[in-house]
Amino acid sequence: MTTASTEPLITEPLLQVRDVRKYFPVGRGLLGGALAEVKAVDGVSLDVQRGETFGLVGETGCGKSTLARCITGLYPVTSGHVVLDGTELTGLSRRRLRPLRRQMQMIFQDPYGSLNPRRRVGSIIGDPFAVHGVASGAERRRRVQELMSLVGLNPEHYNRFPAEFSGGQRQRIGVARALALHPELIVCDEPVSALDVSIQAQIINLLEDLQDELKLTYIFIAHDLNVVRHVSDRVAVMYLGHIVEVARSEDLYTLPRHPYSAALLSASSVADPDEAEQKQRIILRGDVPSPVNPPSGCPFHPRCPKAQDKCVVEPPPLERKDDDPVDHLAACHFPVQPGEVLSQP
Amino acid sequence: MTLTSVETSVTGTEEQAAIEGRSPLQLAWARLRQDRVAIASAVILVLIVLIALFAPLIASAVGWSPVQQDRTTGISPEGLPVAPGSAHWFGTDNLGRDILVRTVYGARVSLLVGVVATVAASVVGVVVGTLAGYFGGWVDVALARLMDVVLSFPFLLFAIALVSIVGPSLAVSVGVIAFFSWASIGRIVRGQTLSIRQKEYIEAARSLGAGDFRIMVVDVLPNLVAPVIVLASLLMPTAIVFEATLSFLGLGVVPPTPTWGNMLADSLQFYSVAWWFVVFPGVALLITTLTFNLLGDGVRDALDPSAERLFSTRRKRGRR
Repeated sequence: MTTASTEPLITEPLLQVRDVRKYFPVGRGLLGGALAEVKAVDGVSLDVQRGETFGLVGETGCGKSTLARCITGLYPVTSGHVVLDGTELTGLSRRRLRPLRRQMQMIFQDPYGSLNPRRRVGSIIGDPFAVHGVASGAERRRRVQELMSLVGLNPEHYNRFPAEFSGGQRQRIGVARALALHPELIVCDEPVSALDVSIQAQIINLLEDLQDELKLTYIFIAHDLNVVRHVSDRVAVMYLGHIVEVARSEDLYTLPRHPYSAALLSASSVADPDEAEQKQRIILRGDVPSPVNPPSGCPFHPRCPKAQDKCVVEPPPLERKDDDPVDHLAACHFPVQPGEVLSQP
Repeated sequence: MTLTSVETSVTGTEEQAAIEGRSPLQLAWARLRQDRVAIASAVILVLIVLIALFAPLIASAVGWSPVQQDRTTGISPEGLPVAPGSAHWFGTDNLGRDILVRTVYGARVSLLVGVVATVAASVVGVVVGTLAGYFGGWVDVALARLMDVVLSFPFLLFAIALVSIVGPSLAVSVGVIAFFSWASIGRIVRGQTLSIRQKEYIEAARSLGAGDFRIMVVDVLPNLVAPVIVLASLLMPTAIVFEATLSFLGLGVVPPTPTWGNMLADSLQFYSVAWWFVVFPGVALLITTLTFNLLGDGVRDALDPSAERLFSTRRKRGRR
């Protein structure tokens, strides 16, 4: 999956996200107004190139899934722009959005919750055809069975129910449904987190094979850094609704610039036990602050081992540090230097 | 691992014949067939339905119509009802009418009112409950309050007031019963819809571009089938008792058309001298509602095997 990243980026990005914010109201005042807001996504910008896999990592609750739902139009954004293939998606009515959905589909995290237990698999995978009036009757059945064999399901299982499949097979059903309309962009919201490790590999291989075959672009959300490293051309690290670092995946894994990325990488598991023993783990103090009342300045400063007075006051911009590659950006006033060991103050 | 090897690992062990999955309803039916009480109730109910359907045949076989008075052998010299005997198997009432034929005809009214009122109440309840639960917001507030208002209405007072204005009839009975029954179904359907709405497959449908109407029909309704079947099968006996109550009070079907309710009302003055006058319509009402309730219980157990059973002894026996 390195086709796009090694070529110079001359074409217009498939997806442009500009300063997207999503605030959820919390509680209700006497007059029905919101008492507070959860700033789930707070000013995120990113570009996704055609044919690449764009990884999105961060711990639970950092706004990854909310961002995915803002991109796919499941949540209306509070402010900002989402532009897919030159078309502005934000502010479109559901009716106007519908034809655009054919270009953009989603694979969900929970292979148990994302399939209606009362419907047959053929009808679930055929849903996109029915909704968009593409194919019906025998034609729909034929195309659904094609999709089923494409994702490695037995087409004879057309009339089975989701309960009769294993978790991995169910996720294949979800993949088939997402592929039905030949989308260009597929947003994968933690597609393997709910699966066993051996099944994870099967699904990831399936996604990679499909990408090669169908020239797909992925946004791949996960909290497992090893999975993201394996599949992604570029990776963005999210913390508390912000993107704190974005880089090509080899660059990020060699030299993470943001202390949070460094801490996250140091916490990921290593297969080799000797290597694991030598590994320096950075233990962060405290908990993730509440997104209802995020810290001033850099959102990471209360937990950052390198934080100084400037971090409390001034939010750091997402920019290139020192002699990093041009597409390696980090939002930090005091980026991690090569060979530096982060320690608790 | 390549795509093809994944494919063989998935399909390798399966036989290649067309494979038809069993739907949740088919599985429930298989469980229901194991439930002897429910099946016995269903058989009795089918018999009652057949009796109601063929009431005219039974009447002609017995030789009396439901409103025909037997002035020779149907009334004792004192003007009292005649006990069960060869002329009238279930005895006669105070006007010399055959109680067997009248009880048989009463089943028609009870079942008709029960079925029509239940279907009407279920349809209204499902529509209102789904809309309230799916859309939420002010739609939910308005519809939920409406259901609360309906549920807090005093049933009998309302029925008496309405009948005194429009006059008693079969249609009014059905209307009143349906009006007082839909809200309880609507409330449960609303709750179910609220939880279904949170499911990821609803989000998946939305991300495909499906409209609200399509999502409600294709994704929400099939998940409501099981609870609505259970509710409807338990509402049926309630509706039948409602109808009997209305007829008993003279607010339902107009005499001389026989119903179990108005037969019981007529019998009140004679129960000390004519036990048969009370017992036959009463037992008919009892058997019908009891079997409906037992069948409803069985249906609920079959559709939701994880739910606690009403009578724990049945569970133990069934599991052993």
